[in-house]
Amino acid sequence: MATWTWFHKLASPPHVYRIAGQLLPWFAIPAVALLAAGIYGGLVLAPPDYQQGDAFRIIYVHAPSAWLSLMCYTVMAVAAAVGLIWRMKLAHALAAATAPIGASFALLCLATGSLWGRPMWGTWWEWEARLTSQLLLFFLYLGYMALRAAFDDLQRADRASALLAIVGVVNVPIIHFSVYWWHSLHQASTVLRKGGPAMPMSMLTPLLMCFAGFTLAYAALACVRLRGEVLRRERQAAWLGELE
Amino acid sequence: MSAPLGTGLMRAAWLVFERDVRLALRRWEQVSHPVVFFAMVATLFPLALSPEPALLRSIAPGVVWVAALLSSLLALDALFRADLEDGTLEQLLLSGQPLGWLLLSKTLAHWLLSGLPLVVTAPLIAVTFAVPAKAVGTLMTALFLGSGVLSFLGAVGAALTLGSRRSSVLLSLLVLPLAMPVLIFGARATDLAMHGQAANGPLLLLTALLILSLTLSPLAASAAVRISLE
Repeated sequence: MATWTWFHKLASPPHVYRIAGQLLPWFAIPAVALLAAGIYGGLVLAPPDYQQGDAFRIIYVHAPSAWLSLMCYTVMAVAAAVGLIWRMKLAHALAAATAPIGASFALLCLATGSLWGRPMWGTWWEWEARLTSQLLLFFLYLGYMALRAAFDDLQRADRASALLAIVGVVNVPIIHFSVYWWHSLHQASTVLRKGGPAMPMSMLTPLLMCFAGFTLAYAALACVRLRGEVLRRERQAAWLGELE
Repeated sequence: MSAPLGTGLMRAAWLVFERDVRLALRRWEQVSHPVVFFAMVATLFPLALSPEPALLRSIAPGVVWVAALLSSLLALDALFRADLEDGTLEQLLLSGQPLGWLLLSKTLAHWLLSGLPLVVTAPLIAVTFAVPAKAVGTLMTALFLGSGVLSFLGAVGAALTLGSRRSSVLLSLLVLPLAMPVLIFGARATDLAMHGQAANGPLLLLTALLILSLTLSPLAASAAVRISLE
C-alpha cells in the first residue's frame, strides 16, 4: 500500500502548502516562456488569414481560454467529488481556488469572442450556440461562487458547493454538445477534426504553444491560490508559526 | 384512495405524498400564487411590446416558457422551507426510510401542485397570444414534461440553499443556468407545433431530461438535505 502514501499525504495542509510552493516555479517559468513564444509567433510570425486577415489572431487567446474554462470546471468537479468521497478538506480547497480562475477564463473567452465578432459578424454579440453555452458556463461558475459565499460555516460551504459542482458537471456536456444540436453561425472547430487541422503549421504551432502555456499558467495560478486557501483555512494552526 | 398498508417503501412514499398534497390544499395560496404570477408575467409582454397579434403569436412560446420558469422558481421556496422550520425534514431523515426515496415522493407532489396548474393555465395564455389551436396540445405536453424537470432540478437547488443566507435569490442563480435546456427544448417544441411541424424531437429530449432528473436528482437532493441538516 506504499503507493497510496502520496495520496494520504495530500490530506496534510503543511505538506500541500510546501508541495504547491515547490511546484509553482515548475509551472510558472514554462508558462511564461510558452506564452511569450506562442503570443509572439501568433501575433507577429504567423501569416494573416486569407479570409479573416489579422482578426483571426484573437484565436490565440480565445481558444485556449475556452478550453481552460471547461477544464477548470472539470478540475473543480473532480476535486469536489474527491472532497466529498474521501472527506479531504484540501480537495475542497483546490475546488475553491479553481472556481474564480475558471470564471475569469470564461469571461476572457466571452470578451475575446465578442471582440472577434465585431469585425467578422458586424455585431458585438451574436445569440449563437457556442457563445451562449459559454455564457451559461460563466453563470454556472457565478452560481457556484455565490453558493460558496452564502454559508458562514466553511465545511458546509465546501460540501454544498461540491454537490453543486457535481450536479453542474452533469450539465456541462449537455451545454457543450449543444453546439451540435443547434444550427450555428459559429466557425466550425479548426483544430480537432477529421483529416488533421485545417491550419498551416506556422499558425498551428503558436496556437498549440498558447494552449500549453495557458494550461501551465492555470496550474501556476492554482498553486498560488491553493496556498492562499490553505493559509486562510489553517490560520489558527500551530504549523504556520514554524514557517519562515 | 386507500394507502398501501405496512411499513414498506410504497407506504412511506404515499404518506409523504399525501401529506404534502393535503397541506398544500389547506394553504391554498401556496398553489395559487405562482399561477397568478405566471399569468401576470405573461400579461407584461403585450403591454411592454405591442398588442399586435402577429408579434404576440411569434413570441408566445418564449413568453409562456419564461413565465413558467419564473413561476416555478417562485414555487420552489415552498418545497422544503416550511418542513425545515417545523422539523419535518429532520423526522424524514430519522425515519429509517431512504431519504432520496422520500424526497422523490415529495418532489412528485410538488410537481403535481406547481406544474399541473401551469399546464392548465397555459391554454388561456396561449389564446390571448393568438396561438393557433393546433399547437396548444403540444404546448401543454411540453409544459407537463418541462415542469417536471424544473421541479426535480429545483429540488436540488432548494435543498442546497436550505441552510444559507439570502436563499431565494441564490436559488434562482443556481437553478436558472441548469434549467436552460428545458427552456430551449420546451419553447422549440411549441414553436415547431405552431408552424405545423412535428415536435417529436424536442419533446423526446424533454422526456429524456425528465427521466435523467427524476432518477438522479433525488439522490443529489438527499445528499444536499443531509449537508444542510448536519
